[in-house]
Amino acid sequence: MTTEASTPTTPAPAAAEGGTLRAERVSAWFGTRKVLEDVNLEMGAGAVTALIGPSGCGKSTFLRTLNRMHEIIPGASLAGSVLLDGDDIYGGTLRVTQVRRRVGMVFQKPNPFPAMSIADNVAAGLRLTGTRATDRDGLIEDSLRRAGLWNEVRNRLRAPAGGLSGGQQQRLCIARSLTVRPEVLLMDEPCSALDPTSTRRIEETIGELRSQVTIIIVTHNMQQAQRVSQRCAFFLAAEDQPGRVVESGPTERLFGDPEDPRTADYVHGRFG
Amino acid sequence: MAPSTAVPEAGPERRKIETRLTRGDRLYRSLATAAAAVTLALIVLIGVFLLIRAMPALREAGWSFITVKEWRPDGQQPRFGVSAMLFGTFVTALVAMAVTFPVSVATAIFINEYAPRRIKQTLTSLIDLMAAIPSLIFAIWGLFFLIPLLLPIEQWAVDELGGSLPFMRAAAIGASLFNAGLVISLMTIPIATSIIREVLSQTPRHECEGALALGATRWGMIRTVVLPFGRGGIVGGSMLGLGRALGETLAATLILSVTFEIKPRVLENGGITVASAIAVQFKDAQTMGLSALMAAGLALFAVTFVINMLAALVVSRSRSGAGVEA
Repeated sequence: MTTEASTPTTPAPAAAEGGTLRAERVSAWFGTRKVLEDVNLEMGAGAVTALIGPSGCGKSTFLRTLNRMHEIIPGASLAGSVLLDGDDIYGGTLRVTQVRRRVGMVFQKPNPFPAMSIADNVAAGLRLTGTRATDRDGLIEDSLRRAGLWNEVRNRLRAPAGGLSGGQQQRLCIARSLTVRPEVLLMDEPCSALDPTSTRRIEETIGELRSQVTIIIVTHNMQQAQRVSQRCAFFLAAEDQPGRVVESGPTERLFGDPEDPRTADYVHGRFG
Repeated sequence: MAPSTAVPEAGPERRKIETRLTRGDRLYRSLATAAAAVTLALIVLIGVFLLIRAMPALREAGWSFITVKEWRPDGQQPRFGVSAMLFGTFVTALVAMAVTFPVSVATAIFINEYAPRRIKQTLTSLIDLMAAIPSLIFAIWGLFFLIPLLLPIEQWAVDELGGSLPFMRAAAIGASLFNAGLVISLMTIPIATSIIREVLSQTPRHECEGALALGATRWGMIRTVVLPFGRGGIVGGSMLGLGRALGETLAATLILSVTFEIKPRVLENGGITVASAIAVQFKDAQTMGLSALMAAGLALFAVTFVINMLAALVVSRSRSGAGVEA
């Protein structure tokens, strides 16, 4: 059901298999406060990478450095570099709008454009990036199918998005991100505001999308990290210290046989 | 009290839910109620006062009060009406709003979205300060600086366009309705900008981020998120500006050369607005003249009232006005 419908989509970049993101020595500040220090992480195509760790350890900040959303907060700054398929996203070759188009984002709180219809929400990215699509309706259907929302909204595409439930709104936001054909999709605790049924639905969606787009997800839910991710990075910040990556690797190993005792304590729920 | 239902309901009967207020709550509630009542009463009293004092003139003139241009209420054969005044009021307000609306919206967007963080606060305070400057200051500056500056441009426009466009023709320029409207816009821009900026700054941040994360430019984000959200505030701010424009007295009194005529040639000298007519005529008015001026005031009161009601309707239907959370 998630196979790409044979929708002839125009100039939009061909659906990539997902891009590779590599963070090299990334540090981040808010004003003078350093919140993230020296993070090195490779997030490969075809895999879901989960970022775990207690609150305030810099996971979300790190996620936002990956599509240059970090810098829109006044006073935010950064060191190091982030490579998208080898190109530094902070270098001069890529425009910030291009970066964000190639590296999409789903937020903690569902944020559809409430006054727009469901269909217009899904297509909003096309208009915002000035992309022309010959088969707009087909593209909307395709995105909604990929986000697992099509069957629920197919008969009310003209209805305002504000009328959907929280879980549906979040999947609408996923669909909206997919319409511009990103290579990477960042998800910042996408299920934290949702009920268990919606959460399961979104986890299924993540599993289905994995082959088409690289996914990086921040989550506080250990079970969720185990269910959806193949690779995992554990962030931790000591008191009044910036956050660091304590350990990263295959999810199975991180949960089954962690190298660092702090990782073991955290994944077994002994603190955090 | 509750409508009796035909089908008897199962379970216990509904209770009447009572809240016993504390003494402080009761006191505060009566104070707030009294203050609100005074405000409402003031509006009603003003309307009633104007109506009573205007009655002799309205009886004398009848329906001609709306259609007649002249203003000779105190002669043997009084003949007077508000059509010229209302026309002048509408033209000046229209000119003022045509300038105010785009300038205010653009300024508000600039301060909120584009201005460097260092000067943002300064600009905000500056606009709020400008909104508090007495209109006399703007009127004088407009009269002695802005209008002389614009005269060559207006003369050029009259010479070039007057041939083809009748309303651009003018025998003499400077003391025109157009210029009065322009100077009035100086007074309406700060207040409209101040309100519009405040409303636009309430745009939910996570919606803005949603647009940016899709690869939108800043302008794309403003168009898709900020402006739709702020529609009610933009209308509301502009309407407050319009309210000020309709009632603005000084600018029109200082700038216009008074003529009780309907002048579609907006660049040509002469014209009158309701507010400036009342200011100019008040001193020399006798019994009937005074009553006629009250009637003119009543007309302005009614027009302002209707416009504000319409604005309230638009504002209450939009998100930023109704405070609907997504």
